[in-house]
Amino acid sequence: MNWAQLGPQIWKASVDTIYMVGVSTFFTLLLGLPLGILLIITDRDGLVPIPWLNAILGFIVNLGRSLPFVILLIAILPFTRLLVGTTIGSKAAIVPLAVSAIPFFARISETSLREVDKGLIEAAQAMGCNLWQIIIKVLLPESLPSLVLGTAITIISLIGYSAMAGTIGGGGLGDLAIRYGYQRFQTEVMIITVVLLIVMVQLVQWLGNLLARALSHR
Amino acid sequence: MIDIQNVHKVYNGPNGVAALKGVHLHIPAGSIFGVLGQSGAGKSTLIRCVNLLERPTSGSIIVDGQDLTQLSPAQLRAARQRIGMIFQHFNLLNSRTVAQNVAFPLEIIGYKPAARRARVAELLDLVGLSDKAEAYPSQLSGGQKQRVGIARALAAEPKVLLSDEATSALDPQTTRSILELLRSLNERLGLTILLITHEMSVVRQICDRVAILEHGEVVEQGKVSELLAQANSRLAQAIFPKFDAYSARPGAVVATLTFTGSSAEQPVLSQLARQFMIDANVLAGNIESIGNQRIGQLQVELMGDQIEQAISYLRGQGVRVEVQA
Ligand SMILES: Nc1ncnc2c1ncn2[C@@H]1O[C@H](COP(=O)(O)OP(=O)(O)OP(=O)(O)O)[C@@H](O)[C@H]1O
Ligand SMILES: [Mg+2]
Repeated sequence: MNWAQLGPQIWKASVDTIYMVGVSTFFTLLLGLPLGILLIITDRDGLVPIPWLNAILGFIVNLGRSLPFVILLIAILPFTRLLVGTTIGSKAAIVPLAVSAIPFFARISETSLREVDKGLIEAAQAMGCNLWQIIIKVLLPESLPSLVLGTAITIISLIGYSAMAGTIGGGGLGDLAIRYGYQRFQTEVMIITVVLLIVMVQLVQWLGNLLARALSHR
Repeated sequence: MIDIQNVHKVYNGPNGVAALKGVHLHIPAGSIFGVLGQSGAGKSTLIRCVNLLERPTSGSIIVDGQDLTQLSPAQLRAARQRIGMIFQHFNLLNSRTVAQNVAFPLEIIGYKPAARRARVAELLDLVGLSDKAEAYPSQLSGGQKQRVGIARALAAEPKVLLSDEATSALDPQTTRSILELLRSLNERLGLTILLITHEMSVVRQICDRVAILEHGEVVEQGKVSELLAQANSRLAQAIFPKFDAYSARPGAVVATLTFTGSSAEQPVLSQLARQFMIDANVLAGNIESIGNQRIGQLQVELMGDQIEQAISYLRGQGVRVEVQA
């Protein structure tokens, strides 16, 4: 065991994990939130009911959520290569991470948005708001604390998935755990990665709770 | 100001509920018009049809000369900006302060920030909440929340205010102060108010006119003062609880006397005793003041030899007499 060698490796693996999780979270929010909004407004009792679109979106989201992550990881390899030009390394891991988290976050944000009191939407309509104004000025601000908590949950599951992605060459803490802890029987490395993952998860949850509480005026 | 013409509303669904069945109402400018009805009568449906939150199945809704059912979506939104609405559960945004809530409709109609601030201050002053501008709705009492709701509804200077059970979630004292506020806004701003309620006391306290809705149909409408003067109107009957039947002693007659207008101010019972030698035994009674009018109802047992003459005397004095069979 060589700590002088291991230290920088652990550091690099942590940075890789944070990079994978950070970038995939960004794309997850960017695409998952609009998808969640589409899911509630096109619903039967939504603001713009479009049942067929709602059914298609719902089907795609369910499909994405029912696929086990490892299978998705392998199944979309061609898509990953198309998008980022490679199938190994942290950059390549971002694609399956985002693809699996987008439907997850779409459902979570759909639930948060659905919690907004119908009376508020009605009041906004009575004041002459258009659809866009209702989304921007009512739905999103009113569900913000809940969306923040949902984001924390999503980041936490991305941390878990990123460790899994690491096992097939994605880099990051999962990769490190496999290479040293599993293949070379260095239990200490395994323990260190686990501890680091736990710390990250706790930190995200704590920050999420803190922010949600600060934003909530209920 | 508001004309509701032959409005039908059928909710589709398994049972296809007909919530409104040909409602006609005319709400004159500057009036406070109450729609009274029991639960399920269709009151909420009716008021939601007025700003097309619910689209009537047929019929037209004319507000300030414009038939709302004929407008494009954009025109309808513009028309709604000129119709204020307040709600039973206030419907304030929890994420916004009081001032930001009141500013909401001003943002929608495109006020510049400086003009918005000035108008918000003016409105909060109008409803007596200037000191709560920076509070969040969760920090307010129900009455204060409804005041914010009223300020918000009036922000864009509407000519019409719709009120959907605005005081039903409030205690009697707070209800009174909110109704007083509405009354003063009606007088000061010439605001036309259409309110729905299941509480007679609301009609009694502020309405000029009333319509009674039963099973989706208007069964009675008119000026409150005129309806109350007709003892057999539903309004008058609803205001005065029915007296219990009373079995008269032999030779006596039990009658219900309704006094309105000037007859309420005459000492008629003592006249009965003096002119017709009648003993009047009061069994039960109510006196109500409605607006600036007093209306009373007495259940009496009359004894004597000239009961018939006494009753026609009473009727001649403008007292309505119903003899219990
Ligand atoms: N969205 C809806 N879909 C189907 N039926 C409805 C809907 N809204 C109301 N109804 C029905 O229409 C009828 C009138 O309802 P409405 O809410 O207008 O009554 P209301 O007079 O306001 O009663 P309450 O005093 O209880 O609020 C009821 O039979 C109700 O069940
Ligand atoms: Mg109702």
